[in-house]
Amino acid sequence: MSALAQNASKNDFRDFDVNSVRSDFPILSRTVHDKPLTYLDSAASAQKPRAVIDVIRYQYEQEYANVHRGAYWLSETLTSKYEAARETVRQFINARSDREVIFTKGATEAINLVAATFGRAFNAGDEVVITGLEHHSNIVPWQILRDQCGIVLKVVPITPEGEVPLSAVEAALSSKTKLVAVAHISNALGTILPIKGIVSAAHAVGAHVLIDGCQGIVHEQVDVQDLDCDFYAFSGHKLYGPNGIGVLYGKEGILDGMQPYQGGGEMISNVTFERSEWAELPAKFEAGTPPIVPAVGLGAAIDYINEFDRAAIAAHEHDLLTYGTEQLQALNSIKLIGTAKNKAAAISFVLEGAHPHDLATILDRSGVCVRAGHHCAQPLMDSFGVTATVRASFGIYNTREEVDVLINALGRAREILC
Amino acid sequence: MRTMEKDQDILSLYQEIILDHGKSPRNAGIIEGHDCRSEGKNPLCGDRVTVTVALDDEVRIADLKFDGKGCAISIASASMMTEAVKGLTAREARMMTEAVNTLCREATSPDQIVKELGDELGPRIEQLSALSGVSQFPARVKCANLPWHTLMSCLDGTGVVSTEG
Repeated sequence: MSALAQNASKNDFRDFDVNSVRSDFPILSRTVHDKPLTYLDSAASAQKPRAVIDVIRYQYEQEYANVHRGAYWLSETLTSKYEAARETVRQFINARSDREVIFTKGATEAINLVAATFGRAFNAGDEVVITGLEHHSNIVPWQILRDQCGIVLKVVPITPEGEVPLSAVEAALSSKTKLVAVAHISNALGTILPIKGIVSAAHAVGAHVLIDGCQGIVHEQVDVQDLDCDFYAFSGHKLYGPNGIGVLYGKEGILDGMQPYQGGGEMISNVTFERSEWAELPAKFEAGTPPIVPAVGLGAAIDYINEFDRAAIAAHEHDLLTYGTEQLQALNSIKLIGTAKNKAAAISFVLEGAHPHDLATILDRSGVCVRAGHHCAQPLMDSFGVTATVRASFGIYNTREEVDVLINALGRAREILC
Repeated sequence: MRTMEKDQDILSLYQEIILDHGKSPRNAGIIEGHDCRSEGKNPLCGDRVTVTVALDDEVRIADLKFDGKGCAISIASASMMTEAVKGLTAREARMMTEAVNTLCREATSPDQIVKELGDELGPRIEQLSALSGVSQFPARVKCANLPWHTLMSCLDGTGVVSTEG
């Protein structure tokens, strides 16, 4: 939000009332297996408020055409909305310029873009540093790069609590480090990483920093200038927006120096059979028809979040985290996986004698949706000596009563399985 | 009433015999000096199973063991499989696998499948009828099938199998 808008709206925030929030999300009033839906899987993908659904429907019903092409009203109208969504994202993360906001189809594509273009300039022996709790999407692109150009991939170990101490990251840095690629918040454990310190430490040795912000953008107020990170990647669908849209923020000077990711329409300024010239940012990295309506939908999702004071959302989610953690710990034979001091709204756990998938199946019959599995973080699971966990994660619309439903359903599951 | 029915689904999935095999699997381990060995995995959930088979002079399954990590359904299915296919030829084991596939996927009554398989294999599949509970849980069918697919790849000599794809 611009300083002006921030001042104007300081006292205009909507009161945070979870029941009113819930009524904004049509799906939350449905039942599953004849039970009220208890959706505790927002870390995988969040539900969508009516404002987002309505915008998507409106665009397709009333204002749909391709963007940046047609010299006609319909195309111009949608183009201006697509670019307005970019400006909404820019304000949301406080980027300097909308040239620094690249729309991608998701966070995975955003990270792959950086690996395939920024990473392509690395030489054999250069080092990329990741941590032991990364999602596969922040591991595999670097392995592909390693196999292509001989970089060394270093993994910062996590503590038994699932934390990544700044000192451990510092110990992995050297003059050979080209890039540090870390999660802002662990999707599997909820651990919040000390990213500001990581950025400073990396910059001190001349390395750049990419932050996987899929969870971070949802639970924290992100200011990329304050963080001073070089790249920040996130997806729209975890932020109450549609899927098929993601964002790569990159510092303009760095993006300018990078080669394009994909070639095609939109990303060129001139094409002959002999050679092509690249378009200016951000178009240089948006080859082909972009995810137009999803981008507009993401803008609507951010507008929705901006109705609230972020601190009020954070306090609500933190209350759910604290309450959920207490309630789970009170159950016998539950073991929490990931007990970092600084956590966001996700709780991973295992129940002795019951496999996470069996638990998830039984919970589902109580209307409770949780994620059971390795959370696309198999190396992390290995470090805890488990193949899978159950993860309950919370969003803006969850309640303490839903935590109670989870606890009761776990009790029932234990009766059946143990 | 509806709630009871829903609960019934769960109880028919997690029958006593499934839970028993899940907690105390039979023929767990690896056969030293096996004739064939195969590993199966489900990359989506991380479950994995290794099947080893020893064949006799008539190329029948003299012994088989499994070693794996997984949910109650996959472990129970593997354990029950090791009991159900001992003494069978590869062809008969394939017929059993296909019958288990049907049992797990379709609303066919186990009795029908037992009848179709005849005197030799029918009673063996009858012992597996508890696996039919999984047919009400599409997401879990692959758990029940994993050990069987792995046995097939083991007998076919291909060595690696995945339930995804």
